[in-house]
Amino acid sequence: MEQLQRKLAEYTTSLYNEKILDEQFIQLQQLQDESNPDFVVEVVSLFFEDSERLLNELAKALNQANVDFKKLDAHVHQMKGSSSSIGAQRVQRGCIAFRNYCDDRNVEGCLKCLQQVKNEYTLVKNKLETLFKLEKQFVDAGGSFPIV
Amino acid sequence: MGMAAADLQFHVLAVDDSLIDRKLIESLFRSSSCQVTTVDSGSKALEFLGLQEEHDDQNHPNQPCVSPSNQQEVEVNLIITDYCMPGMTGYDLLKKIKESSSLRNIPVVIMSSENVPSRITRCLEEGAEEFFLKPVRLSDVNKLKSHMMKTKCKNNKQQQPEIIVTQEKQESIDIAHVVLPEG
Repeated sequence: MEQLQRKLAEYTTSLYNEKILDEQFIQLQQLQDESNPDFVVEVVSLFFEDSERLLNELAKALNQANVDFKKLDAHVHQMKGSSSSIGAQRVQRGCIAFRNYCDDRNVEGCLKCLQQVKNEYTLVKNKLETLFKLEKQFVDAGGSFPIV
Repeated sequence: MGMAAADLQFHVLAVDDSLIDRKLIESLFRSSSCQVTTVDSGSKALEFLGLQEEHDDQNHPNQPCVSPSNQQEVEVNLIITDYCMPGMTGYDLLKKIKESSSLRNIPVVIMSSENVPSRITRCLEEGAEEFFLKPVRLSDVNKLKSHMMKTKCKNNKQQQPEIIVTQEKQESIDIAHVVLPEG
């Protein structure tokens, strides 16, 4: 169990070091308690759903003959907001860059950013899913949070 | 930890079009022992507060601005709203609340993911108690308790608080907080 604990701690630390997650994620964890036991997973799941929907909308919007930059910007703004709310820092930063290209009405720039945001999203999704798996293993082995 | 007496429970109305942010805000206030109602738009907020809009394309156009008979028995001690929302913005909602004789004493807090000084100033001038940058933290929520006390203790004299905007970084306005005197 000690090994699991160490693995979990190391994995978590790496996520923060690589700036995949920021302190906002810690805030989420602090809001989780006995009365709200699945809070983090619930919010993160909402983020996954929301993001996938938005990424589809973004691809569609950029595929139009006449790109509606206002709509594009609105979607990116939404994604920026939700990624910021869960602490997905790299996704959030990708969105900020994306919005600049929207302001400049630069389709090629936007396409590049979309790909970048997609990549960062996929990364954070995989990392979080792994994190939850590790946490579950830890809890199943008798561990409890917070880890001292 | 929380006070058991029912009359010390604060009721917060949270307005945000983002589901994730509504969930977050709800959790933040619940962990501070507040009762929370969340709605996803300004118009729904006004509906909840018992205020019908005069010019609402969806609803009946002949409703008076304030219908005392429609007034809900629900007491709201704080309204916290996102700034950027489709349709009615948080600023529009703030204005409507401050224009209403029945609602203007409820403290209103604005949240925004964007740090736009002119936006912040405009909201504060319109009567917002605080302006928080998103994501909102537990420490922000704790600051609001004293504001909520004001509407609970209705017999307190209404003083005009001093509004001080402080900048945490001098070279650029990264965070602007409104600091009100304690109590």
